[in-house]
Amino acid sequence: MPDSLPVDSVGVVTPQTYHFETPIELACGQALERYDLVVETYGELNADRSNAVLICHALSGHHHAAGYHSMDDRKPGWWDTCIGPGKPVDTNRFFVVCLNNLGGCHGSTGPISTNPATGKPYGPDFPVVTVGDWVKSQALLADRLGIDCWAAVVGGSLGGMQALQWSLDYPDRLKHAVAIASSPRLTAQNIAFNEVARQAITSDREFHDGRYFDFDTLPRRGLMLARMVGHITYLSDASMGEKFGRELRDQAYKFGYDAEFQVESYLRYQGERFSEIFDANTYLLMTRALDYFDPAYEFGGDLSKALAKATCEFLVLSFSTDWRFTPARSEEMVNAMIAARRRVSYAEIDAPWGHDAFLIPTPRYTDIFTAYMDRVAREVGA
Amino acid sequence: MRADLEIIQQWVKPGHHVLDLGCGDGTLLDYLKRERNASGFGLEINPDHITTCMNRGVSVIEQNLDTQGLDNFEDNSFDIVLMTQALQAVRRPDKVLDEMLRLGDEGIVTFPNFAHWRLRWGLALSGRMPESDALPYKWYNTPNIRLCTFKDFEALCREKGIRIKSRRVVDGQHQNNWLARFWPNLLGEIAIYRITREKT
Repeated sequence: MPDSLPVDSVGVVTPQTYHFETPIELACGQALERYDLVVETYGELNADRSNAVLICHALSGHHHAAGYHSMDDRKPGWWDTCIGPGKPVDTNRFFVVCLNNLGGCHGSTGPISTNPATGKPYGPDFPVVTVGDWVKSQALLADRLGIDCWAAVVGGSLGGMQALQWSLDYPDRLKHAVAIASSPRLTAQNIAFNEVARQAITSDREFHDGRYFDFDTLPRRGLMLARMVGHITYLSDASMGEKFGRELRDQAYKFGYDAEFQVESYLRYQGERFSEIFDANTYLLMTRALDYFDPAYEFGGDLSKALAKATCEFLVLSFSTDWRFTPARSEEMVNAMIAARRRVSYAEIDAPWGHDAFLIPTPRYTDIFTAYMDRVAREVGA
Repeated sequence: MRADLEIIQQWVKPGHHVLDLGCGDGTLLDYLKRERNASGFGLEINPDHITTCMNRGVSVIEQNLDTQGLDNFEDNSFDIVLMTQALQAVRRPDKVLDEMLRLGDEGIVTFPNFAHWRLRWGLALSGRMPESDALPYKWYNTPNIRLCTFKDFEALCREKGIRIKSRRVVDGQHQNNWLARFWPNLLGEIAIYRITREKT
């Protein structure tokens, strides 16, 4: 808990829920008759509504990107390092919008919400949503907020995929797309890791085909394993080595299988904590949305053809030790943009933290992000 | 207005798609964008320059010519490929020239002349590696690892079947110097070459 709020914090923020009563058609063929989106905003929308920035969250993210919900909060929002007064996404200049995506478990309609057809939680009956569906719902939210055109759509990892999708689906509704530590599609290895995570969840005896609420239980063990696997892919060998090395919790080996190494107990702790706060069906859904994302698919695998529709300017950033979405994946995106003659800037940032580096403010990352967003702000008169 | 930019600008047609190898802080691309409505990209490896480019709205790609090459660019995908004051800093200038003319119809190359009289004079007199406005480094920390003279460059072009469409010579401050026109390899400090593939 902060005793007093840091000067570069957006302060105490309150999420808002927007109800949508018009059905939304989803890529899977199903529709949601009505749904909620829970949203946080920071900063002020200017008179000509030109300074809005959409922040898209990653796999386990949500609408709480910056600031605190109360003075008792231990930690600020998940991207507080980059959003706030004087930070790269400067809330003195931008009106920042962040929402929990459909299918999430932090307030927007998802598997834990009540299915109006049954009066019970959707659970496994919640439709599998795609990145395209999210972007569609985000566009409807923009309508509701009176935002015709985003100054920028910004995201890391899965969030960057949403920024890319925005540029293709609503080319005239954004000026800039910022994709950080992202990828134009998952590799076989990425999908394989997702499959291990899903298997961990679905093979938990408490999973009950996704209807665990009916049995008054949670697939904690499965979700914990899924998170442990995921977490390893977010870090780098070097950063894990730096943080834990081969350090033992006690002095000597115990010749058993309990958590003896620090790294084991860290992963267990992270996994356990996650299994208490995250919904297993949402985890399945989010990983599937990742697997399916491939805007080049309908263009015979040629992303540059898909990009022919885009008109915005792109910033693509990668991190040297990210092995989940390697710099090569970002470069794949950049090369397609070059071939399509889209305006794009790209940098690979040297950082030891693997995929998680997009959440950690290294000097060069902060410099570049700040410089680019400063220019976006100037362009829209913010 | 820097004389070299003024000269280069005249060779870029309105709306040209331009690739600038070693674009620095993006001054040239920014200028071409404003004056010639040119589109395109700059390649750069210096982090501060990259940040400056991004801030001024120049599309910049972090890419190292020596280690990454230019394979990610398609044949004939640019109208003009520029390389100002960077040819002498790459490991294989000959291959970079080939690549420039693979990617674009035309190339513009500028580099410092190692046969300028002041450098010749300095070396002859002091017996030490020369320094100048155009080459302000020590021998051990210079990024300029492939220094050549105008004559060397022109010989390489002949060897490679590269046609020199024009050559202009400026001084170390990038200003026009009428004297250098008479004896460029002795009096010219920086040359600006406009090159293309010899028609076969």
